[in-house]
Amino acid sequence: MTVALEIISPERLLLARPVDMVVIPGTEGDLGILPGHSRLITSLRGGMIDLYENDAVVDRYFVSGGFAEVTEERCTVLADAIMKLAELDAQDAADELARAEADYREVDEADASAYRAASDRLITAQAKVDTLAERS
Amino acid sequence: MPSLKSLRNRISSVKSTQKITKAMKMVAAAKLRRAQAQAEAARPYATRMAKMMAALARGAASNPNAPALLVGTGADKTHLIVAVTADRGLAGPFNASISRAVRNRVRALEAEGKTVKLFAVGRKGRDSLRRDMADRMIGDVNFVGRRSLEFTDAEAIANRIIAEFDEGGFDRCTLMFNRFVSVMVQTVAETPLIPASAGEPANDDGDTADYEIEPDDGSLLERLLPRNLAVQIYRALLESNAGFQAAQMTAMDNATRNAGDMINRLTMNYNRTRQANITKELIEIISGAEAL
Repeated sequence: MTVALEIISPERLLLARPVDMVVIPGTEGDLGILPGHSRLITSLRGGMIDLYENDAVVDRYFVSGGFAEVTEERCTVLADAIMKLAELDAQDAADELARAEADYREVDEADASAYRAASDRLITAQAKVDTLAERS
Repeated sequence: MPSLKSLRNRISSVKSTQKITKAMKMVAAAKLRRAQAQAEAARPYATRMAKMMAALARGAASNPNAPALLVGTGADKTHLIVAVTADRGLAGPFNASISRAVRNRVRALEAEGKTVKLFAVGRKGRDSLRRDMADRMIGDVNFVGRRSLEFTDAEAIANRIIAEFDEGGFDRCTLMFNRFVSVMVQTVAETPLIPASAGEPANDDGDTADYEIEPDDGSLLERLLPRNLAVQIYRALLESNAGFQAAQMTAMDNATRNAGDMINRLTMNYNRTRQANITKELIEIISGAEAL
């Protein structure tokens, strides 16, 4: 049994392949999707998507947020922006984190959507930096 | 009767026009292929997004706290029309048909006593609508000098529209653009953007109802709605772009053919004139010889 994983960006279909398990970064925590998972729609925070085959990670992608739709046999990730782990750049990530932190400090907490956008950005930037630190 | 020299000049000028239109046609054909591929590639995201929206909107539509982007403000007083045209002309009736449809719509809505605002995407539509409806324009965007359309372009437009909506600038928003039907045919299409629930009823295959939603406090929908707006706009931009290239290709093909006809007519005329001149000279020589 496998999960049919699809990763789609607004511009194109990036990846469609069957995997044994995929771990996606849901807003409320990482989700491991195995075949037969209950139907679920979730938003994603910035983080890693890990593809598993034969109990080993075969591919890792960094997603900067988006949505995922899970059914018993399928997992569809609608990604905002996505890149391979190898394409991440430590310097860019650090700059982005600094900018996101600055924005987050300035944002008006009463403005719910602006506050959410700023905190999403901060989480994404932090996740990017953490991922890179973990890798090196 | 025009002189031979002036006919020669006209033929050569029409010939160079024909060369230009032929080249434009070929450029448009190449760009059309690219635009179609881009529109094709963007489709999976849009269809999945629509399905998700349908699943979520079903649950939320009856909720009194549903976000205004989904169910509207409750009023129906002010309308915003987003008109998508191309940045360049020479594409037959492509831009004019959007402008005409928008004008008709504005008049119809105003006759009903509603206030109308306009937002122009594309330079041609802005220029045309600004002529008599400048007071209704709240903004415009164009992509002059850009090689390809990115999703972030659509997102920027969506954010401007949402910001305006949040300030209470309008109650309803409609997107008008040229839908790419075939290379020969582009029709004016409109999609309601706000409220989102006024959109096409989700194709109800019954399997959308039983999803778990996470996080389930409604914030998922609040994230999804602006995204969905951007996706709709992105799709319209791509369709319009493909339609523009197709319209330009058709228009330039016609122009090339017309130029060919004109060259034939002028050449015929030129040959007749030349023949007439020769005959005249012959007659002069012969009658001169006879007189001797």
